[in-house]
Amino acid sequence: MVKRENERIPVSQQAHVVDKPKDLTNIGGTVSVEINEKKITVPLGTTILEACQLNQIHIPTLCHHPDLCIAGVCRVCVVEVEKMRTLQTACSFPIMSPIKIKTSTEMVRKARRHIIDLLLSEHYGECYSCFRNANCELQSLAKEYGVDNYPFGHVQEQRYEVDNSSAAVIRDMNKCVLCKRCVRTCIDFQEVGVLEAINRGHETHVGTFLDKPLSEVICINCGQCINRCPTAALRANDPSDEIWKAIDDPKKHVVIQTAPSPRAAIGEEFGQAPGKSFTGELNTALRRIGFDRVFDTNFTADLTIMEEGTELLTRLKKALVDKDQSVKLPQFTSCSPGWVKYIEHFYPDYLDYLSTAKSPQQMFGALLKTYYAKEANLDPADIVTVALMPCAAKKFECNRPEMYDSGFKDVDYGLTAREMAKMIREAGIYLPEMPTSHFDDPFGDASGAGLIFGATGGVMEAALRTAYELVTGREVPFENLVIEPCRGFEGVKQASVKLENCVEQYKFLEGVELKFVVAHGTANAKIVMEMLRKGELNDVHFVEVMACPGGCIGGGGQPIPTSAEIRKKRAQAIYEEEATLPIRKSHENTYVTNLYEKFLTDGPCGKLSHKLLHTHYVKRGKYIS
Amino acid sequence: MLVLEKNALSEEIEKLVHQFGKDRSALLQILQAIQRKHKFISDFAQQEVARMMDIHPVEVNSVVTFYAFLCTEPKGRNIVRLCQTISCDMAGKEKIKETVQRELGISFGQTTKDKRITLEFTNCLGMCDQGPAMLVNEKVYTKLAPEAAINILNEIK
Amino acid sequence: MELEKTISKKRSGPVLFSEYKLGEGIKKALEIGRENILFELRDSGLKGRGGAGFPTATKWMLSAASLSDQKFIVCNADEGEPGTFKDRVLLLEYPELVFEGMIIAGYTIGAKVGILYLRGEYEYMLKSLEDFLATLRKDNLLGENILGNSSFNFDINIRLGSGAYVCGEETALIESLEGYRGEPRNRPPYPVNTGYLGHPTVVNNVETLASVPHILLKGGQWFKKHGTDKSTGSKLFSVSGDCDKPGVYELPWGTSIAQLLEIVEAKNTKAVQVGGASGICLPKSQFNRILGYEDAATGGSIIVFNQSRNMLKVLKNFMEFFVEESCGQCTPCRIGNIKLLEAIEKIEQNEFTFMYLNNLKELGKTMQVASKCGLGQSSPNAFISILENFKEEIFGLNGKGNGNGKA
Repeated sequence: MVKRENERIPVSQQAHVVDKPKDLTNIGGTVSVEINEKKITVPLGTTILEACQLNQIHIPTLCHHPDLCIAGVCRVCVVEVEKMRTLQTACSFPIMSPIKIKTSTEMVRKARRHIIDLLLSEHYGECYSCFRNANCELQSLAKEYGVDNYPFGHVQEQRYEVDNSSAAVIRDMNKCVLCKRCVRTCIDFQEVGVLEAINRGHETHVGTFLDKPLSEVICINCGQCINRCPTAALRANDPSDEIWKAIDDPKKHVVIQTAPSPRAAIGEEFGQAPGKSFTGELNTALRRIGFDRVFDTNFTADLTIMEEGTELLTRLKKALVDKDQSVKLPQFTSCSPGWVKYIEHFYPDYLDYLSTAKSPQQMFGALLKTYYAKEANLDPADIVTVALMPCAAKKFECNRPEMYDSGFKDVDYGLTAREMAKMIREAGIYLPEMPTSHFDDPFGDASGAGLIFGATGGVMEAALRTAYELVTGREVPFENLVIEPCRGFEGVKQASVKLENCVEQYKFLEGVELKFVVAHGTANAKIVMEMLRKGELNDVHFVEVMACPGGCIGGGGQPIPTSAEIRKKRAQAIYEEEATLPIRKSHENTYVTNLYEKFLTDGPCGKLSHKLLHTHYVKRGKYIS
Repeated sequence: MLVLEKNALSEEIEKLVHQFGKDRSALLQILQAIQRKHKFISDFAQQEVARMMDIHPVEVNSVVTFYAFLCTEPKGRNIVRLCQTISCDMAGKEKIKETVQRELGISFGQTTKDKRITLEFTNCLGMCDQGPAMLVNEKVYTKLAPEAAINILNEIK
Repeated sequence: MELEKTISKKRSGPVLFSEYKLGEGIKKALEIGRENILFELRDSGLKGRGGAGFPTATKWMLSAASLSDQKFIVCNADEGEPGTFKDRVLLLEYPELVFEGMIIAGYTIGAKVGILYLRGEYEYMLKSLEDFLATLRKDNLLGENILGNSSFNFDINIRLGSGAYVCGEETALIESLEGYRGEPRNRPPYPVNTGYLGHPTVVNNVETLASVPHILLKGGQWFKKHGTDKSTGSKLFSVSGDCDKPGVYELPWGTSIAQLLEIVEAKNTKAVQVGGASGICLPKSQFNRILGYEDAATGGSIIVFNQSRNMLKVLKNFMEFFVEESCGQCTPCRIGNIKLLEAIEKIEQNEFTFMYLNNLKELGKTMQVASKCGLGQSSPNAFISILENFKEEIFGLNGKGNGNGKA
């Protein structure tokens, strides 16, 4: 684990809870407590909430989130602790002595009900006209506590204007319950720092710098705040109405590409346990909805490996052979649009380190309105390209002015897993029961290398499989092609492979220890960038960064809720699916080789691919005017 | 804001950061110093403080908007705060309020056209035994009679 | 200022306002040593004078026992409770007591730094306090090797607040010192373990610290002779409102409200607010109650209302205060206070039902137990007590009022 230097301790992340002892066998390592007259033993420093969860005692929570530090502000989890005058919040109270706890006394139930009533009194709108209907933690609490009226009233007018400015994230503070999960997500968890509490007392609200619209501040559109919002105060900018319109328009040829991460998670929207991919079922469902063609984003993931891999080898050659000092190494991946915007804002002087390769989504868009249009004999103006993504930032990405290389808007709409699920439900389809089917030609089913892009370390693993083999002529020296150092959820991973017995073309790499770093979540990206700034990455060649925790499977467009455990299961689903695929290396994807033979004839990083598949970046900086 | 003004402000903030330190615990002192001199903390100042202290601008904004004596909008050269809490209220705050408003031609919460005075209410000044009390910048005036209050206001530049 | 000079003051009282020579407290402290200081303090039964009443000796012992290499003494001079101004008097007229109390505390628990958190409204005192600290340094009562004691280094710096009542709550005060919004923290852990910058921190009220030098000089037992069993010593009362002699009075705990009213020459009194806006409002029938932790507890604020006052208006003033001063982080306080204020407005407009008001009183009780800090826990006190104790006046149930709050 890389140690963070100069670690900032944000207000909400101070050590409010005592650390548990590591060795519980020591005297004083555990403590006996009584919860609802049942005696249990827990490690010293366990919170009341944790102790209750271990013993199947349900405590309602709202501001608490497993990914985030403790806030203790909503007060819904209050319990009675004997000998204490006031009620205590279970989420924040560390058990340090043999206390007696009661979790459901009259005082407790009344207090919780009052708190819920108070929150509802200021929560604008009705449940039936809300996109979080049936997946809202406030609604669940209201149900749990039998709320059937508004004893303290119910707000009739909007207090805040809805912020629709961002292509990715919409903020409606009228529905905010001030749990500050978004603040903790943005400042502590992602370390982007867009949202904080503004004003005080009853005027307190979550806001941006000077309450500016989201599109004018340094929001990177990662959407992690959406994933953790208990209500509908935060949501993604939903284009499904326009997509329906396009589907219903007989003149339009509507195609969709689907990324692996939403496929591994969309089942959750239909009540399925996390950990199963619904790729084949989704293909059928999408055709039934009315999409004219269903393509696999993994195809362009494979293409990304070819482009980005070639770019890396070119940089290496320039640096090692031509001794070109201007070449920037390590090369950073560029497929996460949240990460791209992060570096544009926070490290604008380091944009040259980013690979110029577009993300798979945008590569696909550019190909669909050029190559595919020609192949299918269609007017690109009539093609509507939709991308099913795990991501909120993809909505921003497809609207970037740089993304019109086909002569049209390359990708018309980015759609999240949540919005896709809504469309599927609207079409009267129950996804888990769909028969399976394959992707459409001319892009077909892609390689497993493209598939694992969804989990953190996946791009690195895919790239290594191809690069190592291109350079040495042999498969990567890992059993079953599973490059273990790339996998797992550690914030920053570092590893290396030695390149030996290289083929003639890559003799200049003989004996080079190919070093790589993988980071996920922008808080970890920040660590890596600070390492780069200090020159600690001088001997590293390739860095993968994903803006979201866990990589795309933890993306801001994925089903709600999220937790480390859920993300782990989604990653597992991807790795399991991958293991069964016949082709697991990007360069072996025959559809890709075909494309280079028929269309991108000057090869990876050639002239045409530079026009269609590569891009440039904007020095945005942090200053907000 | 002119470039020159910006530069001057940056320089000033740099000096403050140097004086009070880069630690987060110095933030309030730095903001207070800016407030004292400029009577408000502009968006540029907030961002400069954030940059130099290596925190997010929204965090500075969050702190500024929390404290009643810090503000983000320009105010008058003198800030007059009349205590509105119970003892001063009972001692005749309302009369002072009306007199002062009439004299200056502005309501509480407003600034005179010549930017000389901003009128505000404040909570308990700790002068409850000598109310009504009023704070002019950091100076406190007690046992105000309407006439006295006007004299005080008319004397400040 | 010379070391031996007796500071002559206009005021007189049993403890704090009694005679005192600059530096004597520190000298005595160094003479008897840490343990005996704690013993004297324990014997005295001194409890926190800010209102919460936590035993001072316990607080000091807990942090003295901590092995941390860095500890802090914070003097809470964020006196913001409506009707309280005793700290103003202490800081202006008796700074030696306050600072010596801090120095003794620092010596006892092993802190090197003391911080006086002075509310922004008191900025005008800053200069005189800084000057006084300079004098103390010159007299070697502050700084390095205090009074020639080579192992005792302690200095005090003054930090200003910026207009936030909630910063009087000790953990909010610490947050504010650390440069954050003054939002109270979750407790436990308590500041004595995890305080300023994560280090053990003793936060004491100005008056608490000012009592310490006198206790050391004259003994815990002497201190205990004043007051009652459960409320030892004397207390500074800040008296304001409808009386002829408002001001700060030092009286032993156990003084009854009626006695106090006599001293301050209050006439025609209808009600007394004990403990400021966060305290309770007592009607004439309860003036025999005594001031003390066991009965009518208070940080010292006494506001007197005579027969001409409209109690609903008084209550409204208090609730407006809390709506503005709530930090806004926890639900019961942020939304609860505005609901209570709304209820008062509805009573004013005669648009309420008693069922609705009972609901709100119940809500008030929830706020008292479920709010995160003392502010939200005490803000409903006035609402509950005024509506209960003055219901005839407010609701006109005795036929005198018109039912919309006007007596």
